[in-house]
Amino acid sequence: MVTQTGAVPAAAPIPRLLIPELDKCIQCGFCLPHCPTYRLLGVETESPRGRIHLIEAAAQGRIPIDRRFEEHMYVCLGCRACETACPAGVRFGTIIEAARAEIGPTGSAPARRMTLLALRHLLPHPGRLRAGARLLRLYQRSGAGRLARALHLLPRRLAAMDALLPPIPDRLFAPAQEVFPAIGPRRARVGLLSGCVMSILFAGVHEATIRVLQRNGCEVVVPRGQTCCGALNVHNGEREAARAMARRNIDAFLGAGVDAVVINAAGCGAASKEYPILFRGGAARDAERAARYAALCRDVTEFLDELGLRGPLGEVRARVTYQDPCHLAHGQHIRRQPRELLRAIPGVELVEMEGADRCCGSAGIYNLVQPHYARQLLEEKVTAVARTGAAVLVAPNPGCMLQLAAGVRAHGLRMEVCHLVDLLDRAYAAHAAP
Amino acid sequence: MELADVRRHIRDRDALARALRDVLGPGRVFAHPADLLAYEYDGSVLQAVPDLVVFPQSTEDVVAIVRVASRFGAPLVPRGSGTGLSGGAIAPVGGIVVSMSQMRRILSIDLENRCAVVEPGVVNLDVTRAVERDGYFYAPDPSSQSACSIGGNVANNSGGVHTLAYGVTTNHVLGLEMVLPDGTVVQLGGRGPDDPALDLVGLVVGSEGTLGIVTKVTVRLMRRREAVRTMLGIFPSIEDASQAVADIIASGIGPTSLEMLDQLTVEAVEPAVHAGLPPDAGAVLLIEVEGVREMLDRSAQIVEDLCRRNRAREIRVARTEEERALYWAARKGAFGAMGRLAPNYYLHDAVVPRSRLPQIMRQVMEIADRYGIRVANVFHAGDGNLHPLIPYDAATPGETERVMRASEEMLAACVAVGGTLSGEHGIGFEKNNYMPWIFSEADLEAQRRLKTAFDPEDRMNPFKVFPTPVSCGELLTRRPPRLAASGLWI
Repeated sequence: MVTQTGAVPAAAPIPRLLIPELDKCIQCGFCLPHCPTYRLLGVETESPRGRIHLIEAAAQGRIPIDRRFEEHMYVCLGCRACETACPAGVRFGTIIEAARAEIGPTGSAPARRMTLLALRHLLPHPGRLRAGARLLRLYQRSGAGRLARALHLLPRRLAAMDALLPPIPDRLFAPAQEVFPAIGPRRARVGLLSGCVMSILFAGVHEATIRVLQRNGCEVVVPRGQTCCGALNVHNGEREAARAMARRNIDAFLGAGVDAVVINAAGCGAASKEYPILFRGGAARDAERAARYAALCRDVTEFLDELGLRGPLGEVRARVTYQDPCHLAHGQHIRRQPRELLRAIPGVELVEMEGADRCCGSAGIYNLVQPHYARQLLEEKVTAVARTGAAVLVAPNPGCMLQLAAGVRAHGLRMEVCHLVDLLDRAYAAHAAP
Repeated sequence: MELADVRRHIRDRDALARALRDVLGPGRVFAHPADLLAYEYDGSVLQAVPDLVVFPQSTEDVVAIVRVASRFGAPLVPRGSGTGLSGGAIAPVGGIVVSMSQMRRILSIDLENRCAVVEPGVVNLDVTRAVERDGYFYAPDPSSQSACSIGGNVANNSGGVHTLAYGVTTNHVLGLEMVLPDGTVVQLGGRGPDDPALDLVGLVVGSEGTLGIVTKVTVRLMRRREAVRTMLGIFPSIEDASQAVADIIASGIGPTSLEMLDQLTVEAVEPAVHAGLPPDAGAVLLIEVEGVREMLDRSAQIVEDLCRRNRAREIRVARTEEERALYWAARKGAFGAMGRLAPNYYLHDAVVPRSRLPQIMRQVMEIADRYGIRVANVFHAGDGNLHPLIPYDAATPGETERVMRASEEMLAACVAVGGTLSGEHGIGFEKNNYMPWIFSEADLEAQRRLKTAFDPEDRMNPFKVFPTPVSCGELLTRRPPRLAASGLWI
């Protein structure tokens, strides 16, 4: 074993944490300048290399899983920019998720309980999620929220969360029909993953996605049996509920007989494509079906690029800048496709911002768990965005859209934050009614 | 003798930590076991846990740290980005690791006089990034330049892939600010090409943190040449490529870079960068020429002719800046990509007279065969600076020792043909016991006396560079034997 002279307390080894991904890291340090938290803090413990080393040490029983360890694991954004930078191809996302599975959700005991409650009993149930959203909408509109805030009735943590929550829109995504016919000759039958946050806060994006897919000759199925993808569960160390959710989606979409599962949220896409890792070491049936499902999953930009965008597109005159969602650029290696789609829209002038593939600080529920660091990253991002002089900021992922919209608002910028399919939808509409 | 016998025991570590927190604040002193483990490694295969880690943010902080450490008799180990390959940034006998990673401001840029003053934690590539819009660059460009720090480069006198034309770090450092082990702050050198004083800048560059802690670096900036052309020569064997290197240098066209990658390197790096390198070539030569635009066609033609004369089957020219970046990414990502071949790798940094390259390559491969190990060769062919990379698995019993013995033999072979221990990675705690191979006792004693003049108590990065009674073998990365099945089922 390790011959060390430093004072390191012994702990029990965790063999299941010695995952094969750990072996690939040879500690070259190329990841350091690409890690947002290392850039911010300049300490090895908040870098990918440092975290991997600590995870390996915990797996070997050299250090216990204590509060300090937990902190290092949860200061990480999970943005996976390190994966793009890594010459050895280390899958850091898999490593950090395994470590978090040992810890469970982070925070104080009440915060942990609340997160677990949401992960286990809210996210897996679309019906409960919609009911909760309606309650929240009532709270937001009744003035109770304003009153609570004015009288400082909310605990500090809750007040911070309250401030981050966007207004719940009138319409939630709950389509009456399950199948939307293709326009023109049918080129494919595709499923649409409706997800949790997207269904509640971005019904408009889902509707635009369906219209754009229909215009491209796709018959679109929105299977009723589906649920949230489970990404937030996996990112917050709650794998068991994630597996149950994955199974439901796999059943729903494999049963729908689709050529592809189209996903318009980068985080959901990355998690869905990684279902096979979630079922690693489990039953053969799960593994086989997860692999089949993952092979069908496509981000909407990836799918449209493969299919070949069908015209005619009308003009959308706008200066646009593009934010690479981390789980699209780093998690799925998709960078070219969204840019080409944007360039295909007549009138769109694409201006690149500095550090377009750097995390905006949203990172799932990171802005709730680590608001301080999230705010610093957002500041940096909004500064880069403002420098482009763009009128439209495209970020095809719900977390990024919420975070960036908040940043843009706080800076008083006159800028629209939207999904890429919103612009495509607008271009099709512009042609139909110029 | 073992390292435990020579560890510098700090009288009262908790009191030391308190004293440091008093001057730096609580967040900038690490003492928790998990935090210390994150500083037990650098880019090499050696590991040692420090007693404390501190994060200065100014020269004043460094002075305060040095003074407190002096009161407690604690050793100091300066550390940049921790990408070094010789164990220079770890603490083999304990002590305080002084991480310079929060001193990373570019303090001033003076384009007219072609220099910049930077803090030691500034990342090498960030210097070039700050001035490239104006057509300037900082010349030393190690493969790790996207991550390594200027301070680390100064410590190790780092080279790079353009060393052939532009020289190493010492040729590009004009002045230094340094905190001596007693807390005195000294200014060495200046901003001009020659300073009337003794050349202490030349002394400190390459001293591996054994004389003091550098807190500011005045670097030389260079003007970009008008045009550059980057080419790939695809060869059937390393011997052919080596001969092409010799011929290109002899032709007098003055290439700025001649870098070689062998077949196994290509196998490792191609999946990472997708540069389109052929998997079946015996060797790939990366060649760069720079200069006035009109000149490049002729230079490139000469390069192509010489490559073809040495049996190159194909010459590629980077047509776009993206393509050029890809070629370089393949070269610069080679070390890290070893993780694709095996969980660990070891490498040497030997230099041989260029004319001996083909001979030494044969010897290296013969040694590898004898020990039953694989070797990936990626090196600065133009400088005769070898980097034989040995991928291995430390979890396999006995493998680490076998790899160490093989590499020692390779190093000995290089020294035997008139070569030396290190081209650019530094000696650190990895090759210090080989120093007597190339230096006499009188040579070493002269260097020791110089070190003592700066650091009479031997507290600055002790046990580095000079031979020690213990070897680095104890600190080699160990991994428990691999488990048959490890899954994620949690």
